[in-house]
Order: sequence, then C-alpha cells, then structure tokens
Amino acid sequence: MMDFNNNLPIYIQIVDYIKRQIIIGTLKEGDKLPSVREIATKLKVNPNTIQRSYQELERENLVFTQRGMGTFVTEDKGMIKELKKNLANNIINKFIEDMKALGFNQKEVVDLISDKVGEEN
Amino acid sequence: MEHIVEIKNLTKSYNRKRALNGLSLNIEKGKVVGILGPNGSGKTTLIKILAGILRQTNGDVIIDGHKPGVHTKSVVSYLPDRNFLYDWMKIQDAIDIYKDFYVDFDQKKANDLLKFMKLESDMKVNDLSKGMKEKLNLTLVLSRKAKLYILDEPIAGVDPVARDQILDAIINNYEENSSMIITTHLVRDMEKIFDDVVFLSEGDIILNGNAEKLREEKSMQIDDLYKEIFG
Repeated sequence: MMDFNNNLPIYIQIVDYIKRQIIIGTLKEGDKLPSVREIATKLKVNPNTIQRSYQELERENLVFTQRGMGTFVTEDKGMIKELKKNLANNIINKFIEDMKALGFNQKEVVDLISDKVGEEN
Repeated sequence: MEHIVEIKNLTKSYNRKRALNGLSLNIEKGKVVGILGPNGSGKTTLIKILAGILRQTNGDVIIDGHKPGVHTKSVVSYLPDRNFLYDWMKIQDAIDIYKDFYVDFDQKKANDLLKFMKLESDMKVNDLSKGMKEKLNLTLVLSRKAKLYILDEPIAGVDPVARDQILDAIINNYEENSSMIITTHLVRDMEKIFDDVVFLSEGDIILNGNAEKLREEKSMQIDDLYKEIFG
C-alpha cells in the first residue's frame, strides 16, 4: 500500500511508484499494467488521477496503450536502463545537495562514500 | 466544460442566522467534488438545497438544467448525513422501496454492493451496527444510475475497515458520465478521490480548485491545507 504523505501531486507519486516497479523488475518489459480501475481501487485514488499518471508515463514513452487491450510496459530495454540511470542520478544529486548544505566539500563527500563502501565490503 | 450544477449568489438564513452567504459555484460533469469545512460551515445546508429538501432564501440553483424539484430528484441520488431507514424494515424492504421509488434503480448493482458490504437481505435494520447502517444507506444510494450523487459525510463515525470498504464502493461505482459531491471533515481519508475541492467557511467559499493543482501550488496535501486554513 502506498502512502501519499509528501508534498507532490498524487499523479506524480503514482508515476514514480510505477517507474520504481519497472526498474526493480516487478513490472517487466512488455508486461500489462493493471487496469485504471484496479489500481484506483487498490490505492483508493480517483480513477481520473490514475488515468493522468498513465498518460504521463505514455508521454515519456515508458508505456504504450493498445486499444481495447490495455497499457503495457515498453519493450525497449535501453529505455528501462536509461530510466534506472536517471533515477540513480536524481538520488545522487539530492544527496550531494544535502551534503553541500551541511558544509561538506566535494572531496570530503567522495572520501566519506568510499569509506562507507569500503566498510560494507 | 458542461456543468451538472450551477449555483449563483445562494443565500440561506435560518431566522436571523445566515447559513449560506451569497455563494456561487459550478460543478463540472464527470467530476468528484469534495466540499470541505468544519461543523457549522454550511455544508449540509448547501447539500440539502441541492437535494431539494430545503428552499434557499435567495439566489439560483440549476441541476441538469432544472431548478430543484421533481426532475432533479429523479437524477440526483442523495445520501443524508444520518440513517434514513426505519428500524422495523428488513434490508429487502428498503431495497423494495428504492426499486418502487426510483426508475434508475439497478437491481444487479444493488446485489453486487450488498455482497461486497457483506449484508444479507433478510437482516433487520434494527439489528445493524452503525457502520452496517451506513453501508446499507450507501448501497441504496449507489444502486441508482444517477447523474449526480450527493454524499453527506459518508464515512463519519464508522471504523477504519468499514471506511475502506465505503471508499472502495464509491470508487468502484463512480462512472465517468456521472458526478459526485461529497462533504467531509475527514479530509485525509477522502482527499485522494476528489478531482476538485471546495473549502467552505461560515457560509462562504474561501478556496476552490483542482486538488492536484492545489497540491502542486501549495506543496502540500489537501489535508495539510485544510489544517492550515481551519486550524
């Protein structure tokens, strides 16, 4: 179940949620997405909002709609790879911004990360 | 955009007390609109005028091209904020009355909803819990194929499980060519099902707009906005 507690419009949160499912492989290339009605009931969200999320995903070419059949995840693996990279970049950018705000310079950030990664190995 | 409801300069006074204060509002076809406001803000008065139960003091109301009356009652399905069934009735009696009264009553929809709500047609209204009564009332209201559903506080005073069931029933029975007006002060539980929200305070609209746009503009959920405005 999804929690809609942050400050973004709900359709964007649903777009992000589906993107994540595509990246981690819960939804694989060519898979059929749940119907608007199904997802609306599951998340207890207005069907119009879900419709808008699907339109947004379609605009970004991550899904495509076949008339009378439903909505499907793109079959383009390159596209999914790209999506994964974009999401990673977003996380890193946000992290770097937060670290800068705390007063760390670039080198200190890199050092901290390599220390941490070293620890985990 | 076509409007199912047009309200212009609507006022309602009870003796000297003003409940609605020259309020204007249009509701688009196919939308789910939340009317939000604390107790005493005028929500129920507004809804009763739309349902044709109260007459306004001044101003105009047009629903589906008509003033509230016989026509509008045939296309508006209204859930009052309290149980409207007699204690002596069995659920089947309530169904029969609805079937008699409303030509748009859909028996199949009623059967599906009863099943979904885990209600049996031979149960007596008197034996139902508060949550079950609410579910039965909503079942009857949603079993009509109406152009406009008006739900006054559909989840007030029921437990979280019943609340989820009621929300599911509302979402599953919402159709693109009908519209819904829902009043609530339980904004967190209901905000995800609204297309548009209207904030009502002391008989006036103080904010009105698309829920997603408001979330974007104010960078907060409608529930937080509600608390900011009325808190």
